[in-house]
Amino acid sequence: MTARVGVVLFPGTNCEHDVAAAVDALGGSASLVWHGASSLGDVDAVVLPGGFAHGDYLRPGAIARFSPVMEAVSSFAAAGGPVVGICNGFQVLAEAHLLPGALQKNAGLSFVCDTVDLVVASSASVLTAGVPVGTALRIPINHFEGNYTCDPATLEQLRAEDRIVLRYRRNPNGSVDDIAGIANQAGNVVGLMPHPERACDPLLGSDDGRVLLGALLASAGARVGA
Amino acid sequence: MAAYDVLVEVALRPGIADPQGATIERALPALGFTGISGVRSGKAFRFSVDAATPAAAQAAAEDLCRRFLTNPVIEDSVVTVAAGAGPS
Repeated sequence: MTARVGVVLFPGTNCEHDVAAAVDALGGSASLVWHGASSLGDVDAVVLPGGFAHGDYLRPGAIARFSPVMEAVSSFAAAGGPVVGICNGFQVLAEAHLLPGALQKNAGLSFVCDTVDLVVASSASVLTAGVPVGTALRIPINHFEGNYTCDPATLEQLRAEDRIVLRYRRNPNGSVDDIAGIANQAGNVVGLMPHPERACDPLLGSDDGRVLLGALLASAGARVGA
Repeated sequence: MAAYDVLVEVALRPGIADPQGATIERALPALGFTGISGVRSGKAFRFSVDAATPAAAQAAAEDLCRRFLTNPVIEDSVVTVAAGAGPS
């Protein structure tokens, strides 16, 4: 059955079409959901794409967290629905307390736009289910506030509960423990700074993103069948 | 009810990266400023709050800080309340 993926569009989001195109190319069915909507409609997974929601004013994600659609996203997540935040979407999920910690400004004073080497660190998430730990992926990053931080107790918990989903092979932004992506306790909410949707065709220099979005569609499809 | 002027100063917590502060500090010698160190950037917000007492205004502003104006994972804030100039 075709997995239906809701792609949330905030004012200032700019990666929604890339995500939708990647989802459709992988056999899913993407629909855009405006941030003012109170319902997600009939979807099997939700993606919060990258960009600058609400202009990133105050802090990235700080205002988006209060967009009406976020109540529906929170309910969907609480019910076990797969939710993935990419880049700015990760920042929104952290501000919404759907994921712990925060994304601070990059160490080294630079906006970073590069293709980086990632390593899958956990298969216990909707984005990496069935992907062996240690799998190497080359995927672009493009951010100024991607330096993941959290208090030591939270970091210990993330490690103990196998919730560090992706790590950078060479840390580009100062993230604690080389973290590129994390999951919630249940593994159904994932935030990551890299953009898998920009690495879904060899023409783009890498199609390694298909591994992650394909896993997401499989996770969403499993829910359809359930 | 009275209107109270509120000043909220937001600072990055110790250890949190502050590229703006660091860049400003690095630019100082070229501009002829010496003996200045430990530059940290931050944000300030000014607004007015209708409240019955200064303590109530303080509490309202602190709630706003905790839930919206700051991210407690990376930021600290100081709230200062003063009697407002205008009628409420």
